[in-house]
Amino acid sequence: MKEITYAQAINDAMCEEMIRDETVFFMGEDIAEYCGAFGVSRGMLEKFGKDRIMNTPISEQAFVGAGIGAAMVGMRPIVELMFSDFMCVCFDELVNEAPKMRFMFGGKVKVPMVMRTPSGGGTGAAAQHSQSLEACLAHFPGLKVVIPSTPYDAKGLLKTAIRDDNPVMFLEQKTLYRTKGMVPEEEYTIPLGVADVKRSGTDCSIITYGRMVQMSLEAAQRLMEEGINVEVVDIRSLVPLDHKTIIESVRKTRHVLIVHEAVQFGGFGGEIAGQIADSEAFYYLDAPIRRLGALSCPIPFNPNLEKAVFPTVEKIVAQVKSLL
Amino acid sequence: MIMWQMWIDMHLARYFEERVQWLFSKGLVHGTTHLGIGEEATAAGTIAAMKSQDYVFGTHRGHSQAIAKGIDVKYMMAEILARETGVCKGKGGSMHIADPDIHYFGADGVLGASAVMCVGTALATRKRKEEDRISVVFFGDGTSNEGATWEAMNLAAVWELPVLFVCVNNTYGMSTPIQDVMKDTDIAKRAYPFGMPAKTVDGNNVLEIYHASVEARKYVASGKGPMLLVENTYRISGHSKSDGNLYRTKEEIESWKEKCPIKAFRMYLIENELFTEEELDKAAKAAADEIEQAEEFAKASPEPSFDDLMNDVYA
Ligand SMILES: Cc1ncc(C[n+]2csc(CCOP(=O)(O)OP(=O)(O)O)c2C)c(N)n1
Repeated sequence: MKEITYAQAINDAMCEEMIRDETVFFMGEDIAEYCGAFGVSRGMLEKFGKDRIMNTPISEQAFVGAGIGAAMVGMRPIVELMFSDFMCVCFDELVNEAPKMRFMFGGKVKVPMVMRTPSGGGTGAAAQHSQSLEACLAHFPGLKVVIPSTPYDAKGLLKTAIRDDNPVMFLEQKTLYRTKGMVPEEEYTIPLGVADVKRSGTDCSIITYGRMVQMSLEAAQRLMEEGINVEVVDIRSLVPLDHKTIIESVRKTRHVLIVHEAVQFGGFGGEIAGQIADSEAFYYLDAPIRRLGALSCPIPFNPNLEKAVFPTVEKIVAQVKSLL
Repeated sequence: MIMWQMWIDMHLARYFEERVQWLFSKGLVHGTTHLGIGEEATAAGTIAAMKSQDYVFGTHRGHSQAIAKGIDVKYMMAEILARETGVCKGKGGSMHIADPDIHYFGADGVLGASAVMCVGTALATRKRKEEDRISVVFFGDGTSNEGATWEAMNLAAVWELPVLFVCVNNTYGMSTPIQDVMKDTDIAKRAYPFGMPAKTVDGNNVLEIYHASVEARKYVASGKGPMLLVENTYRISGHSKSDGNLYRTKEEIESWKEKCPIKAFRMYLIENELFTEEELDKAAKAAADEIEQAEEFAKASPEPSFDDLMNDVYA
């Protein structure tokens, strides 16, 4: 094992897959010399050259669309969008094209493309560079949606995503790029659609993903000091969703709080709540299903206001207590 | 008067940004900020030729544009420091500086979006039969590759709307040199397919920009349709706080410092005996003082209150 950052884990996954499979290439804005807005692709230009590490014009529709086209005829592009908010500029490609080609064409094509993009807030980047838009992506059948919370998960999941024959949205968490974690030195992959119980507990389940995993673990730690034993389930991918692990956890703890950074209203927490309500776990619940997400407000620039919009460790602790 | 104004605006912009850079390095500015040190002539020269009723859309690198349009630097500095007194109440920050009260529709974080909205303000102007009011949009060379920019040009052209497209060509989109992302780097040619006139000027020569902008405004306001101005300049400062300048050489940056638009303008004003050294220095000093006061004002201002958080989500 070695300790690396989340950004390095993503870099390693891309490099390993590019060495393994020469149909893999990487394109996006300022990913070559500049190494991307968050320095994720450091060293890749030197390793693979301009033919495989391609700076694009500032034309999201063109290069995301080109990624889909290249994937349709046998390449495996990794496309980076500098901020996930810019997916709105190429929404047609992500919604009407990539996820639907295979189905519409009677299963005769596949679109093995990964779109990597930094998502979420906490960096003071304000309303147009801080959003968590995963719920709307999860809404489109044909698209897979992955959000890793640790270096280990980021590497293993990205390698699987690159090998997947479907378009995969890989939403990285900006504030996690510099966080460190242990990663095996030998090759490994993590299947999509398998949740990870990051902390096992008995009194309440927190179902979460992304940046909120660490916060939930901190909340669990604090609650433990008060004798409350919380289980933290990191779903890791929204699509496919590991229904089974969620339901098992809720059956065990009989209490559930769903936490995500995205706006609570219309967020993916609603789907998770629905899955629980529709399942046998519902009969085991000792309290209503509770959700905690961001306030219905564009992300403000001021750091204190920004903090007030998002879930915090304190808010998670309070929510769990109010459930028990 | 115009020259005096441009001299002051360029200094306010330079000092403002140098101060923001310093505050940033001290960890006093949250988030990120895009500085346009070296590009001050483009905003000062263009907007000096506009009228106060004109609508202006700036770029993410828009501090100098806001200043030339007449923003109060106090409130802009307070915004950068995320204060309640900020021009956007501390909710927007550097990337979203705007002041609709002075018809400045601001910086936008999503490239290309300003151009299409600018077509809309021009459309409204025409629908209301307002005369002598044009809409101006600034955008970068990199943004000229964005689909929205092309669509905006086409729509403005085919509807013959009073839009002035101003491309601030600093030869890089972030780290990417224009020759890597454009087959032909003569951006003025991009007006051709839309049947719209274009002119290219030295973006470090504020007078040349001003005169070209006066002509451009005359054309656009006459109802003949949009026009494109390309202003060739250079960004001395890094793209943003995360820029390690790995894509360009020190020599290149130094050579452009020599071509500083403020230095060049000073030389012109002195050589032509329009102002004395003393007068110019005094004005520059006054601009520096104004920025210092703006910083004091910002620092003395309170943080926004939590009670204000949910205000302005809906009208
Ligand atoms: C739609 C969109 N894509 C990408 C970005 C990220 N980005 C911000 S500034 C920038 C470079 C813009 O270059 P240019 O238009 O030449 O303006 P300059 O930065 O040189 O002033 C990029 C890629 C963005 N903000 N919006």
